[in-house]
Amino acid sequence: MAITQLSAFLENTPGTLCETISAITDAGVNIRALSVADTKDFGILRIIVSDIEKTKAAINNDTVVKETPVIAVKMNDEAGALNSVLRVLRTAGINIEYVYAFTGAVHGNAYVVLRVDDVEQAEKILSENGINTLGDSDIASFLN
Amino acid sequence: MKNYYQPEIETAPYEKIREIQNEKIVKQVKYVYGNVPYYRNLMEKKGVTPDDIKSVDDIKKLPFLSKDDLREAYPYGLLGTDLKNIVRIHSTSGTTGKRVVAFYTQHDIDLWEDCCARAIVAAGGSDEDICQVCYGYGLFTGGSGLHGGSHKVGCMTLPMSSGNTDRQIQFMMDLGSTIICCTPSYAAYIGETLAEKGYKPSDNKLKAGIFGAEPWTEEMRQEIEKSLGIKAYDIYGLTETSGPGVAFECEEQTGMHINEDHFYAEIIDPDTGEVLPEGSKGELVFTSLDKEGFPLLRYRTKDICILSREKCSCGRTFVKMTKPLGRSDDMMIIRGVNVFPSQIETVLLKEGYTPNYQIVVDRVNNTDTFDIYVECPAELFSDKVSEMQTHEKNLNTAMRSMLGIGPKIHLVAPKTIERSEGKAVRVIDKRKLH
Repeated sequence: MAITQLSAFLENTPGTLCETISAITDAGVNIRALSVADTKDFGILRIIVSDIEKTKAAINNDTVVKETPVIAVKMNDEAGALNSVLRVLRTAGINIEYVYAFTGAVHGNAYVVLRVDDVEQAEKILSENGINTLGDSDIASFLN
Repeated sequence: MKNYYQPEIETAPYEKIREIQNEKIVKQVKYVYGNVPYYRNLMEKKGVTPDDIKSVDDIKKLPFLSKDDLREAYPYGLLGTDLKNIVRIHSTSGTTGKRVVAFYTQHDIDLWEDCCARAIVAAGGSDEDICQVCYGYGLFTGGSGLHGGSHKVGCMTLPMSSGNTDRQIQFMMDLGSTIICCTPSYAAYIGETLAEKGYKPSDNKLKAGIFGAEPWTEEMRQEIEKSLGIKAYDIYGLTETSGPGVAFECEEQTGMHINEDHFYAEIIDPDTGEVLPEGSKGELVFTSLDKEGFPLLRYRTKDICILSREKCSCGRTFVKMTKPLGRSDDMMIIRGVNVFPSQIETVLLKEGYTPNYQIVVDRVNNTDTFDIYVECPAELFSDKVSEMQTHEKNLNTAMRSMLGIGPKIHLVAPKTIERSEGKAVRVIDKRKLH
């Protein structure tokens, strides 16, 4: 059960990130998780939001936005939790393109977003190993 | 110090040069009219026949040739003789679309090499010298031209071609090169590398350098002269007219003497085509006077400069041209390579980008930098940095194969490159060359 991540191309100039986030804020959308990859010339904003359609509508038309399926793994917020997830993927030979983490409202839970090329395969492996992943509906419902 | 290779012509009274030109132009026009149907058509359209051309004063009656004509007539349309008489070709550093192929008979090679020999001798060269030629060899005219000239002068010639700077320096130091021929930016780079290796300018045996194929400034000349401990001379030419050596600098270093016994120069108003009087700034036009393989009449160089017949202290009577002061088209010369914005546009469209881009050219440490900012189309956008970097790399490769040099590609957000109502500012040249 993958979740949808939105990514946006941002100029690496002062104020660009703020402008995009303001637009999302004005639309009343909550950002669950966020990561920015930066290069010398540009940044790639990646976000997990409570409402995908509203977010897309809010972001300036000229901004390039893309939807990508990513895996959100639910873990106990304790030492070694992430490590055991990563071990499973390593054993299965699944390459992780990038990763970022967030915590939820429920005390004791932590989440990590994994970007892999073969989402289906990764999910299957995780589930076989008893690891819980979230779906879009989970993202929309919790914390609201 | 009188450094002439062919003093009888280089120092001939102007009237004598004029006489030679008049005699040659009559023959050359007849030759072209008879052998080059493409140009004969142009003459017929203009209502000019060879009989109308009795002296160089009549050259202004002839139609112009432009790079567009050369492209249209590609590959053989402007050939002046049977292929069996052609012994070599050279070609410009352009692309398929812009490429110019020039043909040479042995006679053409000889006169071209004579011109280069004059340049080498004017820079103080003789058969006592060791001449290191580090212009590129091959299709580019730089290497062959100076190589041939160096042979004619009788120098020991080092056919180094460009690149491999460590090897250049090793030969220079071990064999004791006294003259170096290359692009000014490469000369500056060699100077820097020598300093990095701990050599002082006095450690090398170089006395002179002959530098051309790209625009350079007086400041750059001084820098090169200091870093290599030499006198730096300018040389001018283009593949269409032979190659380097159409004009060359003497010890006065105040402009380049045009080899007027082979090339007749005019300055025209680039808009009206009208011939301008001596001392006017305008587009340089060349008419070859005794070429066989690729005889171009009234070829528009697009280089803007000024001609002067002021007496030169070197004793040469050939007219002098200033360094090109600009271009009448949008061609840029980056690291010695001719680049047109239209070529960049072609690549962008082919690779799936919009034609919204900006070219930034600068010169850092005497080397040209070449950056292209291009909007990232939605289809190519990826959440993965690695994929975005692959796009930049692929575009760089496509540009390199089209242009011959690779720009640094910068992806920017869509709609961020300035749109303009009129002519878009596609090129920002910060080099301040003119």
